[in-house]
Parts: sequence; structure tokens; C-alpha cells
Amino acid sequence: MFVLYLTIFVLAVFVGFEVITKVPPTLHTPLMSGSNAISGITIIGALIAAGAEMGSLASVLGFFALVSATINVVGGFLVTHRMLGMFRRKD
Amino acid sequence: MNDLTLKIPGFLQTSPWVNIFYLLAAVLFIVGLKGLAHPRTAVRGNLIGALGMLIAIVTALVGEHILQPWVIVAGLIVGSAIGAVLALKIQMTGMPQLVALFNGFGGLASLLVAGAEIGTKGSFASTQMTVSTAAAGLIGAVTFWGSLVAFAKLQGLISEKPLLFKGRHLLNIALGLVVILLGIWLVAKPDLVVVYWLLVVVSSVLGVFLVTPIGGADMPVVIALLNSYSGLAATATGFVLDNTVLIISGSLVGASGIILTKIMCKAMNRSLANVFFGVLGPQEDGPSADDVYAGKIKSTSAEEVAMLFDSARRVVFVPGYGMAVAQAQHAVRDLANLLEEKGITVEYAIHPVAGRMPGHMNVLLAEANVPYDKLKEMDEINPFFEQTDVAIVIGANDVVNPEARNNPQSPIAGMPILDVDKARTTVVIKRSLSPGFAGIPNPLFAQDNTLMLFGDGRAMILELIRAVKEG
Repeated sequence: MFVLYLTIFVLAVFVGFEVITKVPPTLHTPLMSGSNAISGITIIGALIAAGAEMGSLASVLGFFALVSATINVVGGFLVTHRMLGMFRRKD
Repeated sequence: MNDLTLKIPGFLQTSPWVNIFYLLAAVLFIVGLKGLAHPRTAVRGNLIGALGMLIAIVTALVGEHILQPWVIVAGLIVGSAIGAVLALKIQMTGMPQLVALFNGFGGLASLLVAGAEIGTKGSFASTQMTVSTAAAGLIGAVTFWGSLVAFAKLQGLISEKPLLFKGRHLLNIALGLVVILLGIWLVAKPDLVVVYWLLVVVSSVLGVFLVTPIGGADMPVVIALLNSYSGLAATATGFVLDNTVLIISGSLVGASGIILTKIMCKAMNRSLANVFFGVLGPQEDGPSADDVYAGKIKSTSAEEVAMLFDSARRVVFVPGYGMAVAQAQHAVRDLANLLEEKGITVEYAIHPVAGRMPGHMNVLLAEANVPYDKLKEMDEINPFFEQTDVAIVIGANDVVNPEARNNPQSPIAGMPILDVDKARTTVVIKRSLSPGFAGIPNPLFAQDNTLMLFGDGRAMILELIRAVKEG
């Protein structure tokens, strides 16, 4: 399995490079906040851990992970949306 | 044991639909990021990314085995509330510290998830899992604490100045070695969860010491790199959980941060190692401020500059971090509108490292309703400074210092700069002649065609507006 995951990882990095190099400098701040929201995908792991057995250490850690990841996801997409709404062309 | 243990090789045991929906989410992230290639498509791109995240979350809630829905609901509500308040309340000038903070939360979430997993799996953990758990702990902790230090510096809670002490390199190397040893120990004895948390503690100290020596103007590099780390931490967690959507998404963010880091380093003509471990400062035998400035500084007034505008056809604003500090972006836009009413062409020259994060100036000016097509990148606008009647530098210093071009001995030698010294007249709005981040005097201020307008950025622009209206 490890080699399969490694393959996915390496290919995804290449896709990332291809896609991101096309982002113009004027959008670099929204790119950071937006990609940051995407890195909040750890929320999946947090959901799995937080959903574990009641009272277990895993569910406590999972709860705090879930809060952190949710801040990251909700805040990240929202602030990016707010910023992008400000970019406009000449009237 | 609990259900968590049973379903961990999720890729094999859960229904293929879960992974198909995860794949869909990953595809939406890529399509969303592609949308950021242009301001016209960017809003939609961001929404597509958010949709991908929603699909991933719903898939996890339905497809993964969740025993405690209330813990989940509580976590989602608390996190959403905090995230939404931060995102909606933050001022655009505070964007660098907010992004730093969000980076940190990403790192924290990854290290906590990895800790929860290793605690549950214990001695049943595979080598892939233990190695990636150690990686997630290291990267997550460095990201979290590094981001907190960056946040504190940007928010002004601690000094922006580099905090340097003798032997810090040795200390960092020692801490790094300890982390590696703890990592090896964890791989050998995965049931010793305490080793993981020790690793996290040592990595936290490392994260603090890596960022404290870095000064304010180097923050764009740091934030970009921490952005990358927050992605890599998610990737490492993906390896812990055997979860492909985490691996893919994390890699995208990792790649994005690395590209931005490279762009920032190039814009300062410094290597990443130099930003993190070098010291930027004036060389001993460099020219002193008195040599450069004595008798050559021409101070001007708003009225005088307003008269310059009367005969100008082309004006270029050159903003730097000082514009953000003075909150002058709206005033600058008002002045630009006034000049445009007089038939003057107005543009903005943006240096890649102006401000405290990549694209900082662009967001501030967008907030002030400046159309994005008037913001010109360095390479695009530099050939046109010779045809510029008035260049107005507001809150920028090192990025317009001709020493970078002319003096190979200068600490900023070779750094690409905005060639404002080639404009017919350059007006520099600045409180005093104090040096910028590099700590060196700027011969631009002493040039024949440079006029200094001493004062607060916003106050001076308002003065100019008044003078132009009266004149």
C-alpha cells in the first residue's frame, strides 16, 4: 500500500505545481488562505478520531483536532471569499 | 477494542463509494485551485473548493464509523463559530497574521489526529503508520508554534525584530537530532505513546526557535513556508490514516506553499537557508547614513507636489508595508481618482515582497476598490519608470533602494528592485530617514530628482488631496 500512496503523493505534488504556477501574483494572498482552507482536510481525520469511543483519549484529542480543523476550513474559505469579492476590474 | 481499530485500513474495508466521493472532493480541490488563475474565475474556484470540502466532510460522517455524533456536532459548531468570526471581523491589513494563525490551526489539527491514532493503534501500528505519525508530529508542531510566533510578531504582541542569540544554530541542530531519535524510538516501540508527545514537545521548541530569529520583512517567506508545512502535515496524517484525499489535498497545498516560498526568496535574491539562518544587516565598511544623505536631502510640501501633478501625464504609486501600517490605501485611492479626473494615467507598482505576505498590497488596494488591472508587477512596470512623471513611494524602502542594482558589496546586492529612481521626479512619503529592514541608507532619498515628503503616510496623502483640490 505504501508505494501506492507514495505514487499518489508524488503525482499530486506535480499537479499542484502545474496548477499553482498559473496563479497570478495579484491573487497570492487569496491563494494562501484558500489553499490553507484545503489543508484543513485533516478535518476528515479529526472526524474519525472524535467519533471514537466515549471518554477515550482519542475522542478528546479528536474533539480538539476537529475544532482546529473546522476553524481552518470555515475561516479559510470564508475569508478567501471575502477577499476575492474585492477584486474588480476597471468599470 | 473499538470500531476505530477495525476500520483503519479504510481503503480495503469500507465500501468503494467512500473513496469515490473522496476522489471527487480531491478533483474539486484541483478544479477550484485552477479557478484562481484569474480574478474573474477565482470566486467560483474558491466556492468549488468549499464544495469539495463539504462533500469530503459528509462522506466521512456517513461512510466512516462515527460512534459519538454529539462530540462531532459540538466540535463543528465551536470551530465554525470561531472561524467565521475571525474571517468576517479581520481587517485587510491584518490578513498576514490571520493566515499565519490558520496555518497554525491546520498544523495543530494534524498533530492531534496523528496522536489520537497512534494512541489507539499502539503496537498494532505498521511501520508506514509510525513513520508518518512521527512526521505529522514534527511538521504539525513546527507549523503550529512557528505560526504562533509569526502571528505574535505580525500582531505586534512581540517585537518584529530578529531575536538572535549565540549558539542558536547548534541548539536547533541538537533539537532536530533529538526529534529524529525520538522518531526512531517511536517506530521501534509504537505502543509508547509518551514518546510521540515528547517528540511533539521538542518539535514545538524547534518551531519557536526557527521563527523567532526572523525579522518582519522576511515574514512573506515564513508564512509561505508555513503554508506549505500545513499541507505537508495533512499529507503525513493521510499516510497515518491510509486516506488518499488527505494525501492529495495536503500535497497540493504543500506544492503551493513551496512555489510561493521560491517566488519570495527570488524577489529578495536570498536563499531559503539565508532567510532562516543568515543575518541581514549593514556591512561594516558600508556607507553611513551621513555620507549618503548629508546636504542632499530635499524636503518638500504637499503644495509643491500638487504643482508637479499639474504638468504630469503619468503617476505611479509604489506602496510598501508602511502603507498598510498607516491604513493609507483608501486615501491613496481617493488621490488616484482625483488625478485621473485631471486626465493623468495612474498605475501601481507592486514588488513581490512588499508587505508582510505574498500579495499583501494587492489585497489592500483591492479593498480600497482599486481595479486589479492597474496593479503592475515589477517586471511589467520597470521599463516604464523612465516615462513616469511622478513616482510616489509610500511606506516602501529596501525594495526601491538602487544600491541593490549599483553596489555589489551591499547586503541587498542583486535583489530585484522597482526602478523608481528612473522616474522624472520621485516623491518619497516617509516619517524620517530611518533605514528599512536591511538597515542600510537609501541613496534614492538623496538623488537630485527625489523629493522627501516627511510625515505619516495617510496624513500626507490627505494633505496632497487637499492641495490638489485647492490648486
